[in-house]
Amino acid sequence: MTAAVTSASHLAAKPAGSRLRFYAVWVIGVVALIVLPLLFNSGGSLTSFSLIGIAIVFALSYNILLGQTGLLSFGHAVHYGLGGFAACHMMNAVVAHGWPIPLPFIPLFGGLGGLAFAIILGWVMTKRAGTVFAMISLGIGELVASSSLILRSVFGGEAGITTDRTALPRMFGWTFGPQLQVYYLIAFWLVLSAIAMYALTRTPLGRISNAVRDNPERVQFIGYDPHVVRYLAYCFAGFFAGVAGGLAAISFEIANSAYLGAIQSGLVLFATFIGGTAYFFGPILGAILVTYLQLGLTSLTSVWQLYFGIIFIGIVMFSPGGIAGLLMMHRPLVRAGTLGMVIPSYLVAVVPTAALAYGVILTIETVARYSGGDAINLFGVAFNPQSPATWGVAAILVVAGFFVARSTWQRIAGAWDRAATVARDRGYLA
Amino acid sequence: MLELIVISTLNGVLFGMLLFLLSSGLTVIFSMMGVLNFAHASFYMLGAFFGFQLTKWVGFWPALLLAPLLVGAIGMAVERYGLRNTHKHGHVAELLLTFGLAFAIEEVVSMIWGKTPLDYRVPTLLDFPAFTIFSTNYPAYKLFMLAVSVTIFVALLIVLKRTRVGLIVQAALTHPHMVGHLGHNVGRVFMVVFGVGSALAGLAGVIAGPALVTQSDMAAALGPILFVVIVFGGLGSLPGAFIASLVIGLVQTFAVALNGSLASAFGPLDPSAGPSVLTDIWNVTIAQVAPIVPYLLLVLVLIVRPVGLMGTRES
Repeated sequence: MTAAVTSASHLAAKPAGSRLRFYAVWVIGVVALIVLPLLFNSGGSLTSFSLIGIAIVFALSYNILLGQTGLLSFGHAVHYGLGGFAACHMMNAVVAHGWPIPLPFIPLFGGLGGLAFAIILGWVMTKRAGTVFAMISLGIGELVASSSLILRSVFGGEAGITTDRTALPRMFGWTFGPQLQVYYLIAFWLVLSAIAMYALTRTPLGRISNAVRDNPERVQFIGYDPHVVRYLAYCFAGFFAGVAGGLAAISFEIANSAYLGAIQSGLVLFATFIGGTAYFFGPILGAILVTYLQLGLTSLTSVWQLYFGIIFIGIVMFSPGGIAGLLMMHRPLVRAGTLGMVIPSYLVAVVPTAALAYGVILTIETVARYSGGDAINLFGVAFNPQSPATWGVAAILVVAGFFVARSTWQRIAGAWDRAATVARDRGYLA
Repeated sequence: MLELIVISTLNGVLFGMLLFLLSSGLTVIFSMMGVLNFAHASFYMLGAFFGFQLTKWVGFWPALLLAPLLVGAIGMAVERYGLRNTHKHGHVAELLLTFGLAFAIEEVVSMIWGKTPLDYRVPTLLDFPAFTIFSTNYPAYKLFMLAVSVTIFVALLIVLKRTRVGLIVQAALTHPHMVGHLGHNVGRVFMVVFGVGSALAGLAGVIAGPALVTQSDMAAALGPILFVVIVFGGLGSLPGAFIASLVIGLVQTFAVALNGSLASAFGPLDPSAGPSVLTDIWNVTIAQVAPIVPYLLLVLVLIVRPVGLMGTRES
């Protein structure tokens, strides 16, 4: 209670300008959600927008665990999948029994499906944090994914469960047959869930979750049980993951065991971490990027998952704050007006880094297509995967690109230090 | 029935020893560096694929030596250029690095060798039945696998408990700074331990490859079970990992061999009950449940004893 008062007064103490900016960001986001599908209204882009919306809800729910509470879960898709199944069963039951529940309320039941599982097994899982939790979540995830193939009557075996979203009672005369209406349904739930999850980070529970993440012992000293806090956070995360699963079930009109599987859990981890866990908008960026990469790369290359892996390893090693962390690093420099000191070194580094990336891509594609012998067309340049010249070019690009790029990165580090020092002198933290 | 028990026990012990070969490396790495190597099963897979490729080029016996060395070298490179730099960002970052690595290794392997199972054969020298019990031939290669696993296990114990190297390693587990002050290069000790752990996984891959299936999803299939083993046994406890490996090996082998279900024991349910969760559970055979048995054990152990069988510390 006291924490709520403090944070509320803290908000009130903020200058009116920053509050205005805060609301402006949200309003711009909502307007973008409404306008975008009107600008890009082809079927393909509507589907991608829907997928991205679902991915954002899912990634944000994952960040309640990873970013807020410091719980690294390898089985978050369990909630997503169970939410999807719950939504499918609910939709079929509504149609069968003629209940007066319109489609827009279905994701709520998806959320309850995800929540139910969190309530049942979450207590055991959240007893310990860190590596142990990671492993247990992996084991439980595997348990549920393999059980789903055994309990055929509930999960429909390999084929899954199908449903028909248009058969439900209508609301505002919308049939939800066209993809555009489904998109707006997803966007509505996206906004609702995002606001709810953002609000959650501002509640005493959200704050104490951060404390549990940073130092569980001290939380215990001030009279909270870290286990209970982790459990509550886990339940919230399960609920919103279930909402995302319900939205997916509505969008695809099917739920199957792939929803629950390790690949889905891995993807949400990738999206959240690549985007950045320290900021609320990080998972949003990550979900957009990963979904777009997934949609874009699958048509270009057969080994798109390898690129994911490489991007992920790169982020873990060089920028653990994710993309959001990288962006926010520049904020003090922008405020202090010293960004100009860094930009030239960025521009110098772009060329060798791009050459290195080009070489790596060429190497991967050459290996991937070596046996098939398909020609490689890389940004307009054609290569034959079986000719030694291709191997030579790739090797030169990788080796030379790496050594030149490394020296330019050192220049960036130097320029960054100078800019940050000046920014600090001018009173902006960096 | 007796035949089934004997054969299943043999196979269960075999699978258990293989699990232990993998989880011992994982446990040593974990208790030493505090990092859970998600890519451990991937090193096992790399061992199998390198073993296959080297067998084609130079024969099985040289491959048995070379492939683990290669995998060990890769492991050392991962520690030196990956984990050591990631260490400053904490254990979660290290865990994520190995997770990304496992993902990437699986993709690279399926890119080079394809997604279909490889024709990785038992060497002709060992391709004969060792003995016959109850009219079942027990292959000599499986005995060889068992022998290798037991040898490695004993050698590992002796090295860790009886030698000077083991002394330094054990000391570095608990007091890295003290060991550093005594003039040992703790960084190098970590690197070597990581390399040896990976090489063990690679060895397990080379010898398991011909007996089990060698294909690009073998790491994803085995990885979760490894984690069950080390949580079940207690994190960082070698004896715990040993017991857990054997238990899970035996339980899973027996479960696969048994074909009973509740329906076969008590008769089918009234057909008027129709398809429901109950009839699913009633009709499912023990063999079908086999893949989820380790995870059920995991959940049970966590409820009863959250630190695992032989575990002592919380996390």
